[in-house]
Amino acid sequence: MKGWRALPLCATACTAAWLAFGALGSLASCSRGAEPHAARHITYWEKWTGFESQAMDAVVDDFNRKEVLHAQADSSYAPIEVEKIAITNVEQKLLIAIAGGNPPDLAGNYSFYVAAYADNGALTDLGPMLAKAGVDPNAYIEHYRSLGEYRGKTWAVPIAPASIALLTNKRLFQEAGLDPDKPPTTIEELDEYAEKLTRWEVTLPNGERRIMTGYLPEVPEAQKRLIQAGFLPGDLWSYGWGYFFGGNLLIGPEQISAADPANIRGYEWIASYSKKLGVRVIKRFRSGFGNFASSQNPFLSGKVAMVLQGVWMHNFIEKYAPGLQWAAAPFPYPAGHPELAGTTSADADVLLIPKGSRHPAEAFEFVKYLTTQPALEKLCLGQQKFTPLKSVTEQFWHSHPNPYIRLFRELGMSKNAFSIPKTGIWNEYNRELSNAVDLIQNLAQTPRDALATVQTKMQSALDRNRQIRARRGAL
Amino acid sequence: MKSPRSLASSRRKYGLLFCLPWLIGLSVFLAYPLCAALYYSLCDYSVLLPPVFVGFDNYLDLTKDPLFWQSLYNTAYYAAGSVLLGFVVSLTLALLLNSKVKGLGVYRTIFFLPSLMPVVASSILWLWMYNGQSGIINTGLGTLGITGPAWLADPAWAKPAIVIMAVWGAGNAMVVYLAGLQDIPTALYEAALIDGAGFFQRLFHVTIPLISPVIYFNVVLSLISGFQAFTQAFIMTGGSGAPERSTLFYVLNLYNVGFQDLRMGYASAMAWVLFVIILLVTFGATRLSKRWVTYDR
Repeated sequence: MKGWRALPLCATACTAAWLAFGALGSLASCSRGAEPHAARHITYWEKWTGFESQAMDAVVDDFNRKEVLHAQADSSYAPIEVEKIAITNVEQKLLIAIAGGNPPDLAGNYSFYVAAYADNGALTDLGPMLAKAGVDPNAYIEHYRSLGEYRGKTWAVPIAPASIALLTNKRLFQEAGLDPDKPPTTIEELDEYAEKLTRWEVTLPNGERRIMTGYLPEVPEAQKRLIQAGFLPGDLWSYGWGYFFGGNLLIGPEQISAADPANIRGYEWIASYSKKLGVRVIKRFRSGFGNFASSQNPFLSGKVAMVLQGVWMHNFIEKYAPGLQWAAAPFPYPAGHPELAGTTSADADVLLIPKGSRHPAEAFEFVKYLTTQPALEKLCLGQQKFTPLKSVTEQFWHSHPNPYIRLFRELGMSKNAFSIPKTGIWNEYNRELSNAVDLIQNLAQTPRDALATVQTKMQSALDRNRQIRARRGAL
Repeated sequence: MKSPRSLASSRRKYGLLFCLPWLIGLSVFLAYPLCAALYYSLCDYSVLLPPVFVGFDNYLDLTKDPLFWQSLYNTAYYAAGSVLLGFVVSLTLALLLNSKVKGLGVYRTIFFLPSLMPVVASSILWLWMYNGQSGIINTGLGTLGITGPAWLADPAWAKPAIVIMAVWGAGNAMVVYLAGLQDIPTALYEAALIDGAGFFQRLFHVTIPLISPVIYFNVVLSLISGFQAFTQAFIMTGGSGAPERSTLFYVLNLYNVGFQDLRMGYASAMAWVLFVIILLVTFGATRLSKRWVTYDR
């Protein structure tokens, strides 16, 4: 029996010895010697797909290559390796990951989430790191740089800015007898042109079908079918119409101004289109629109002659409607208020380091790389946008495919550029505003009433938010 | 030999031991989250920051929140509508499929299949069917000379549209009703026929009383799941409850408040209120069942 009992003992002893040797061996390889250092791997969550993702992939590859070259020249340097992962709904998944204590090292997000994230302590303060790295804040366009700043700290760095303008279909302008190179400059002119650019298929009493222009208020709805709209206020930037009329949504950090009279004027103008065309007509017309990213896009297929759209639209035009003749111009201002010219929505994609990031210093190296002009120009050229920097190389202008890039950039630098209000309760505010705009466009409520409801509800939400933050600060 | 007392206690010990995996699962995945949610409902909690105790403020805010009442109304409308429609459709199908026609197995399979479809896939499909301009439903109505409404874009028709969608889930209840119907002894039908009972008299005086336990079971289950409806509204309206918040269901509102606004305390309060409401509804159904459900055997 003794021999049998000895066998397991022997096996255990051998395993222990083998493990010990293995451990010693791996310890030995860890010692600083002539062996190259293992790469420092960081994960980077980014929202983009398609050509926008490819543009960032090229920049990431450049950075990784630069790091490898550095490591080859200096054997004691461990190169940083960035792994970019495309994540849909990154703004939500990032929060869940941070809450779960397992965030990526670096993430891309939209500038309008910075306030909510910062208020909830989900971000790492980049200010000290930026100062230490010597990044010049004045190199940035003021407006875009401020998007990453909130309550006196810098939480995010803008990398891909955007702005919006009025895009017009030149061929439809010509067909309507309008000068295709003269887009409307005032809201009143826009209304005039829109009427001339609205076309219906009318069924006459004798059964004949004819194409007619204008709003045709005398023809009953059952006998006319909308085939082309001059202008149709859309779902995007529906929160922003007040700004175009000189209004705003937030004054300072603690005062909601949804019921500002200028906002009411803006939404009354929006409601006028529902009145001119008819709520049911618009709904039916809209339900026939195809996907945004397809040749059935309403602007690309000629269903809508004038739209409010962004700097990226050029790429969609090239891809899905290459024959389209189009022009871009600043969105019109109300007549008699030239001080409101050049109003545009100007937000940006930003880079941020989540709280709980395991490699914040390494992640910051990539952020620092993306504050340099060559990297930013490469990224923004690939995404067909302009950069958030004041300085632009001739090469950038020269190789940029968007013929209106200078216009979009000027708009982004305009004093009337607005961005989504910086408040931690923006999600709720946006939902309330969307509902209000829904009611206004359905002519179910007047702008005054709808905005008054939003004002009351959101001011109390903001007050509640402030009380909770105060109690947290006191704890 | 072990004494009876120690045998009983050793049996108890082994019984508990075998129950242990399930008990651990229950505590960790059900009991703990429930109690935690109850605690968080008394706090302001954003998950990223530690909770701040606020007492019953969340519950008081709920009573003053118009969205709470609107979402409750929308959900009750949907629950009542889908339970009623589901009951009528699945019972009718079960009655039809209880007869001896050729190819019965094929028909039963066909009617059961839609209920197997994942809710997300069927929501997207119905989204296309409900399209105001080119959807199959409006096109079909057009051939009959009726101009269909804009369905999901019309605040008056969006809820009925989602209720109608519930018909696709009728397959499950249909199978259960079929089983119940086949349990009814044919002798009772023959006796009724001899007494001169017509089809509807047989239905209301023989069939329905005898399958009333099955009806009770199906109704309670549909009510519980009806109150928790979320996926259809989320997929078809993008989470906003558009148009004009007519499709803002209770759980959709909870999701927005909890996961978008990060007010988990408030969302937990909403979850507990829903639990109490469903509990009361189920209790009410059980009390009613004592009156009209017959369990004779």
